[in-house]
Amino acid sequence: MDSIFGVTYNGGVIIAADQTNARSILIYQNNLDKISELSSHSMMGCAGPNADFVNFTQYIQKSLQLYEFSNDGLKLSTKAQANFCRGELAKALRKGPYQVNVLLGGYDAKKDGEVGDGSLYLMDYLGSMQKVNFGVQGYASNFCLSIFDREWKEGLNEAQALEIVDHCIGELAKRFLIAQPNFLIKVVDKDGVRVHKFGSDPEDN
Amino acid sequence: MSYDRAITIFSPDGHLFQVEYAMEAVKRGAAVVGVRTKDSVILAVERRTTAKLQDSRSVRKLLPLDENITLAFAGLNADARVLIDKARMQCQSYRLSQEVAPSVEIIARYIAEVQQKYTQRGGRRPFGIATFLAGFGEDGSPQLWQTDPSGMYTSWKANATGRSMKELREFLEKHYKPDASTEEGVKLSIMTLMEIVESGSKNIEVAVLRRGSHTEILAESDVAAVVQQIETAREEGLSDDDEEKQPDEGED
Repeated sequence: MDSIFGVTYNGGVIIAADQTNARSILIYQNNLDKISELSSHSMMGCAGPNADFVNFTQYIQKSLQLYEFSNDGLKLSTKAQANFCRGELAKALRKGPYQVNVLLGGYDAKKDGEVGDGSLYLMDYLGSMQKVNFGVQGYASNFCLSIFDREWKEGLNEAQALEIVDHCIGELAKRFLIAQPNFLIKVVDKDGVRVHKFGSDPEDN
Repeated sequence: MSYDRAITIFSPDGHLFQVEYAMEAVKRGAAVVGVRTKDSVILAVERRTTAKLQDSRSVRKLLPLDENITLAFAGLNADARVLIDKARMQCQSYRLSQEVAPSVEIIARYIAEVQQKYTQRGGRRPFGIATFLAGFGEDGSPQLWQTDPSGMYTSWKANATGRSMKELREFLEKHYKPDASTEEGVKLSIMTLMEIVESGSKNIEVAVLRRGSHTEILAESDVAAVVQQIETAREEGLSDDDEEKQPDEGED
């Protein structure tokens, strides 16, 4: 029932996720953070059972940290991180699959100080992956993909991209049967990952 | 003397010769000095002059293991690489299971356990390195730990290993002051190394670990400035104990 969507713009990526943690008819919490920060300039939104999501993202996070320490501070590009992630999903598939559908977004700096690129990768739990300009996981895809199709274009700026995200959230609020009152929006750009807005503070325990 | 072939065997008088020989490899390594101060830990290493055609940046002697744990070693470079890889893996594994950063003592114990294992099982030879681990304890206090080829790990206020370790340790014993400032600690560690390192600042590399911030590798110009300070003081014939307090350099 998770709604995760992401969109790239000129110089970064935005990922938004609902904050509901529920199973069957019970809501456990309304302030869950489903977008985990993998490195200084990348993040991953996951749809799926809480256990798999936490297990998978923490494992990927620590593996990426280890890579940095083992290789003299070298940071992996978003493409490399996404491929590593996909590889882990694929490896686990025929052993004990992680039931997570992933949207991995990151920012890669350009060498000569120009504004770098944001990139977004859509992955499902079977380990198939596609680099996309925008992506949606969950039932939300039925509502939001058409909005992205119509409104996304090359060369958007952050404000325009955030507007499209707001349209999607609005559409879900209006037409999606399951009420998702809180959405968490994270942005990654040259300054790293930051929380743009949350419906309910994830830190509030 | 034939008891030094298989390392799992004791000699009749209770020696593990392979372990002792590994210590000899350590004694031939480049010198390392570690100093603990009130709020920081300092590691200083001797950089042996590299060949002209070699890229000196590829020779790393002060290595980060985790966010605020740094390792320096004396002995066989390749052995150190293997041990450091294991230690780095262990740091992340600890973070994954415990959700907190490991304290430096925990990693020192892990490294010591690995070094000990190689003295007892598998017919393998011990690691020919002694390590200095700089970091902070559970309570945030600065800590300096040492491991050696036997698998022992001990905590120190200040210590030296590698070549001339006995002389350097005696020098430290004479000049170490508890509760010194970071700046005094940096000066002491460089001064200690200058006892045996020729041509000063180009061959000394210093790392400073401060609680709650990233490890700082001092720029060569900063090291040169301290070396200059020490040399000037020596030329003026002042002894270390009644040296006038030098003005702040601007580093801590």
